[in-house]
Amino acid sequence: MNSSSLARSTSSAEARPVIRERGQREVFCGLTGIVWLHRKIQDAFFLVVGSRTCAHLIQSAAGVMIFAEPRFATAIIGERDLAGLADLNDELDREVGKLLARRPDIKLLFLVGSCPSEVIKLDLGRAAERLSKHHMPAVRVLNFSGSGIETTFTQGEDACLASLVPEMTESDERRLLVVGALADIVEDQFRGLFAEIGIDAVDFLPPQHAADLATVGPNTRYLLAQPFLGDTAHALEERGAVRIDAPFPIGVQGTTAWFKAAAAEFGIAEAQVDLVTETRRARAAGALERYREELGGKRIFLFPDSQLEVPLARFVANELDMQLAEVGTPYLHKQHLAAELEALPENTRLSEGQDVERQLDRAREDEPDIIVCGLGLANPLEAEGYTTKWSIELLFTPIHGYEQAADCAELFARPLRRKRRLEV
Amino acid sequence: MQLTVWTYEGPPHVGAMRVATAMRDVHYVLHAPQGDTYADLLFTMIERRDRRPPVTYTTFQARDLGADTAQLFQDAVSDAYERFQPKAMLVGASCTAELIQDDPGGLAEALALPIPVIPLELPSYQRKENWGAAETFYYVVRTLAKPRDDDDRDSRSPSCNLLGPTALGFRHRDDVQEIQTLLTQLGIEVNVVAPWNATPDDIARLGDADFNICLYPEIAETAARWLKRTYKQPYIDTVPIGVTATNRFVSEVAELAGVDPLPVLNTINSRLPWYSRSIDSTYLTDKRVFVFGDASHAMAAARMCKHEFGFDVVGIGTYSREYARKVRVLAEELGVDALITDDYLEVEARVQELQPEMVLGTQMERHIAKRLGIACAVISAPTHVQDYPAAYSPQMGYEGANVLFDTWVHPLMMGLEEHLLGMFSEDFEFHNDATPSHLGGGATSKPDPAEQHLPVDPSSAAPASVDGQLSWSADAEKTLSRIPFFVRGKARRNTETFARERGIQTITSETLYDAKAHFGK
Ligand code: SF4
Repeated sequence: MNSSSLARSTSSAEARPVIRERGQREVFCGLTGIVWLHRKIQDAFFLVVGSRTCAHLIQSAAGVMIFAEPRFATAIIGERDLAGLADLNDELDREVGKLLARRPDIKLLFLVGSCPSEVIKLDLGRAAERLSKHHMPAVRVLNFSGSGIETTFTQGEDACLASLVPEMTESDERRLLVVGALADIVEDQFRGLFAEIGIDAVDFLPPQHAADLATVGPNTRYLLAQPFLGDTAHALEERGAVRIDAPFPIGVQGTTAWFKAAAAEFGIAEAQVDLVTETRRARAAGALERYREELGGKRIFLFPDSQLEVPLARFVANELDMQLAEVGTPYLHKQHLAAELEALPENTRLSEGQDVERQLDRAREDEPDIIVCGLGLANPLEAEGYTTKWSIELLFTPIHGYEQAADCAELFARPLRRKRRLEV
Repeated sequence: MQLTVWTYEGPPHVGAMRVATAMRDVHYVLHAPQGDTYADLLFTMIERRDRRPPVTYTTFQARDLGADTAQLFQDAVSDAYERFQPKAMLVGASCTAELIQDDPGGLAEALALPIPVIPLELPSYQRKENWGAAETFYYVVRTLAKPRDDDDRDSRSPSCNLLGPTALGFRHRDDVQEIQTLLTQLGIEVNVVAPWNATPDDIARLGDADFNICLYPEIAETAARWLKRTYKQPYIDTVPIGVTATNRFVSEVAELAGVDPLPVLNTINSRLPWYSRSIDSTYLTDKRVFVFGDASHAMAAARMCKHEFGFDVVGIGTYSREYARKVRVLAEELGVDALITDDYLEVEARVQELQPEMVLGTQMERHIAKRLGIACAVISAPTHVQDYPAAYSPQMGYEGANVLFDTWVHPLMMGLEEHLLGMFSEDFEFHNDATPSHLGGGATSKPDPAEQHLPVDPSSAAPASVDGQLSWSADAEKTLSRIPFFVRGKARRNTETFARERGIQTITSETLYDAKAHFGK
């Protein structure tokens, strides 16, 4: 393993050929992000303004109905609502009023746009302003779009975080802002590591409580923890924040490079990062050893889903010695992924967008050892004899940082191990 | 506008998918945005199907809206035809595409494909999944079914079609097998099962049968009525769930087919009657049960509860508004109120209010019951992966009755065990929170901290000491805590009612015993 392979990129990855497809996408829409975001921001409520389909999607993506009344719901537009927009606005105000009366614990309400609300041009931005005026200071009302015509899967989180940026207070303080929803345990680990490295002024977006929203200004340096946050990055830059170019904190190499990039920005020597992270790196590398034996040489095919595909591909190729058949992603953010693309093995087949039938043809032709794909494709591919890993788990399981590197490897190793073990 | 947390039914196009996925050689092109592809996982994950549903989604995006979504749709239809070579095609719109009004039917027709193309008009903002399935099946039948070949009408053995089983149905797979076996025993030939595993050619042969069996009225009744009108095929809509209903079903089918039902009726074909009579089952008497589900399953379950298990049905409800009238009639017969709603919170409130000893419901009620520490068995869709068991587990027919006996009795305490628990309620092994020994540790669920946002304060299920003017003295609380958990809610409720009726403000142990004497048992 050579951590210098993930040094900050200088040359561009423009030259890499990318298969671009526009056909049927087999990916969730941005509403799905609500499933993890509502756990993350603990006093926020997500109200989707949409159809029965939207409600059913969230219910199905959440898998089981774990919570009696979770902090999300769908205001289902009915036939009568379609007759008049004015009435629809009144209806919405009424429903929000009822909801807030019943849930005094809510401090932040997101109105989440859907395809139907967008097609009928229901202005949720205006609605949010109106409702905010009415319910402030108890509740702030914001809006973002999770619609399938605008957002793919994880882009819902991007849209949500971007909607928070205008709410951040202006400040000149020199602070580090880590952007992207992380599992609480990962956030704790990162906070600890930053402190040990010597960066104390660290904030996370999204915050766990609405009131703890970070400040922003020209001295804010932000570090993306997730690769799908293009709009949020843009919004932060409009507020003067500056991005720290880094790969993503997935795998030992990614995590180290990520911390080093932050340290460099804050004038802290690389040696300090090496010193602080030494035991963690060693522990994580040790834990990965076993997985490298198990996964080394195995060919992996990643269907486009979460936009985590490129960092994941880099991790499994460089740290687990896996071979990349195809790395698909819904969107390839060349700038944010520059360091990642740089570190990918040469000749990696990249694809952006999707035509699911053709991609399945390619996958069958490649006969990879493992296919990372969505829930709609996994069992059918298993039935054809392939081994699969369903990709939504990469969002629901903590995979970032040193301590989780082996957990991430385990996600790929387990299906293969299972396949080997089963005799029936 | 309706605020919804969890829904009992998906949108109508999911119903159409259930029909398309059940069939063979059919493809469904759905004009829909990418997120709507989530519906595939219902079939591949929940039902563990080994094939993708035969559905192509156009997955149009915002940028397509200004351009040509109609072209996109036509391309998707042509590509799907080329690739999958179906023998019939369904085309339609999901909720979003319905708003952009591209007319999938007209667009597909313009392509002049050499196969039947069936346009589906499923108003997403008015209707729901089961209606969508019924309507789709009806369109399929109306388009493809041909009149019977009359030549050999009398030369064959009597035959019927089994209508209604779909993909993602509650035990449809096993029900079909069970009913087919029953019909074979009666000497009745099954002409076609549809939509389950049927091809468009099979649908074309529907008219050949003498009559139809409308196995799942929510899905098949519209088509069955049309076949009756058009091809003069009578149909039976007795849902053969439970011994009594199965006996009636056998008699009705035999009469229509002109065969003798006695060979089937005279054999001892279900263990349920004996199991229910055997003395261990005495403890089942008057167990208070709340029933909720789709109309057919809920009604069948309620009848079985009363007449085959000796339970006391304290409430019945359905989310199938289309069948509200029938459910109301049955509720009246049972002397309870019918709850017709698709609002999960209303169902939860009703369960809390009634404090039944068991809930027979859907996956939603399973969660409600789990939170409230009430025994529960699932009897109807919406389903989860565990509702597709590996073992043969029909709900219908005589074997179905056996399955239901086991399934419903399992969550309850076994008779002998309940007796022991009463005797040794102070013993450490039988402490207050003891669960039936066969259910392992997890059955008395305390509200999990993650579930703190109950719509109604969870303590109202096991109310705190002070309830308005009513309060519980410490000794009454102590006595209450010695009552086994599965009757504690009922004891508390009865005592409070008793106290309120008599203007008692502080409930003591004495009040509790007075109430116990008053309510008997
Ligand atoms: S794709 Fe659009 S209509 Fe479908 S669930 Fe997502 S937001 Fe709702």
